Amino acid sequence: MPSWKQALTLAQYQLRDYVFSRRFILMMALVAIIGAILTAVVGYFRPAAFLESSGAFYAIFWGGGVTVVIVFAGVIFGGDAIAGEFQNKTGYFLMGQPIRRATVYVGKYLAAFVAAFTAVVFFAVLLLGNGAYYFGAGAFTATFLASFVLAIVYLLALLGATFLFSSLFKTSTYATLVVAVLFLFGFMLIQDLISGLVHTTPWYILTYADSIIGGIFNTSCASSPGTHTCTMPGPGGGFTQTVTNATIPEGVGIMLAYFVITSVLGLVSFEREEFS
Amino acid sequence: MTLPSIEVHGLTKRFGSFTALDKLDLKLEGGKCVGFLGPNGAGKTTTLKMLTDMIFPTEGECFLNGISVQRERKRAMESAGVLIESPEIYPSLTATQALRMVAELRNMSREEQNARIPAILEEVKMADWADQKVGKYSKGMKQRLNIAAALVPDPEIVILDEPATGLDPRGMAEVRSIVRDLKKHDRLIFMSSHILAEVTDVCDEVALINHGKLLFYDTLDNVTARFSSGQSSMDASFAHPVSEETLRGKLDGNPDLVKYEQLDPRRFRLSFKGGLPAQGRLLRQLSGEELELVSFQESKSVLEEIYLSQIEKGD
Repeated sequence: MPSWKQALTLAQYQLRDYVFSRRFILMMALVAIIGAILTAVVGYFRPAAFLESSGAFYAIFWGGGVTVVIVFAGVIFGGDAIAGEFQNKTGYFLMGQPIRRATVYVGKYLAAFVAAFTAVVFFAVLLLGNGAYYFGAGAFTATFLASFVLAIVYLLALLGATFLFSSLFKTSTYATLVVAVLFLFGFMLIQDLISGLVHTTPWYILTYADSIIGGIFNTSCASSPGTHTCTMPGPGGGFTQTVTNATIPEGVGIMLAYFVITSVLGLVSFEREEFS
Repeated sequence: MTLPSIEVHGLTKRFGSFTALDKLDLKLEGGKCVGFLGPNGAGKTTTLKMLTDMIFPTEGECFLNGISVQRERKRAMESAGVLIESPEIYPSLTATQALRMVAELRNMSREEQNARIPAILEEVKMADWADQKVGKYSKGMKQRLNIAAALVPDPEIVILDEPATGLDPRGMAEVRSIVRDLKKHDRLIFMSSHILAEVTDVCDEVALINHGKLLFYDTLDNVTARFSSGQSSMDASFAHPVSEETLRGKLDGNPDLVKYEQLDPRRFRLSFKGGLPAQGRLLRQLSGEELELVSFQESKSVLEEIYLSQIEKGD
């Protein structure tokens, strides 16, 4: 049987395991909670920054929310994907079959991707519902579609990195913790330190690239792709600051590079890991 | 038609400075059951894991039906059904779904699956649980399902790592029965076990390993002929306390008796030469009304005696 077909078979059964597990319900609940909080805040306070245009609405609501959803999805579906095969001993079941390790890795990646993609689509549906309420038919823009595609590229990259960390550990808890800390706080902290203290562009950090998901809507100087001198609000009329965001090609390039490099490293790590 | 075979050449595994397996050479061929014995940490599971590419040899190579496991894992494993270290199955799958996954990974047609999976579940006494999620199973049920998964492809080679682990006495007996049935289909079964009675019961040949080195590999008959001291040992229990003098008086003049020891006021262990005929003579002497013998059973099997003596020698 060709390996690609085995990968699809494994992905199908792994996905079934995800869908009927608590983690899938937890993920969907998290998306619903994030969506509900944002819906309630916008609905109650009606902040002008959100509602001045559909672009501004998406840049903040979608651009800010979907990256959090993707990080949660990565942690929940990818954090223990490989480490769990060792710790839970499910790997011993799979490795008893005539299947390459790379096929197991790819099959599990596909399943995690589809499960996480479902969560992203759910969030997009919640968001579009809000958009339709505030902006009517004008809510469904081509820019939103482009941003959605960028979010999926980010998901590919984040899952790639998550799988790499997962393949470096044999304990699910360590793997999940490292992924959660890195993507929820670590990378952003490093990024802020580098750009704030060393004044260089942290182009090699994945969270630097994810700004293009909201930035593509081009609604504010500070968040638009590229380098700009922006006037920031502050006492006495504010101040000017040079802001550097990833351009769309840069962002896509960084994300794809992350996806390819972490996938290769993760695969190599899994190929060398022993079920001992 | 070629016979199923398992070969390992110079198989060595080191974990840092610890040598778990030291230049193991072994060739098993043909339809039979080979028991793989050894104390904890002897290198049994390490060997089986290298045979299935779960861990990698420091030196040496393994072959299943002549195909290198280390170089062509996928092709080599096609002929093997494997159960190593009581694996877990995705808890949200049912038994049928888990076996379908195995069948699909092995490219079995839907018709084959429909015929084979219910039959195997029946064979491992799991038919009533076919549509229940694996997460709800007991350890013993999971182990039965793992055995079923190893048998789904109707493999020529079956590698089992302590298959009775976690099973209750009835489950153990059922596993023995399943392994005996497997032998009917000319399969090569390589089974590690701690349970010597299980090996004696179902295996044709036995390999003993200790400290990573193979002590012997031969048929059970040859092993018995080569290593047995020729002495047998029986435990005799009586209805009432029996003194040593009384027993000595009863067995006086028995030429087969080598020694005896009192285990408790009602039980003696008797060592003797001469095999079954001597055992019969001894039983006749003890079974008069005077002593009220209530049981007369083997205290150690021949294999157990050989196992212990060889392991002690190695230590």
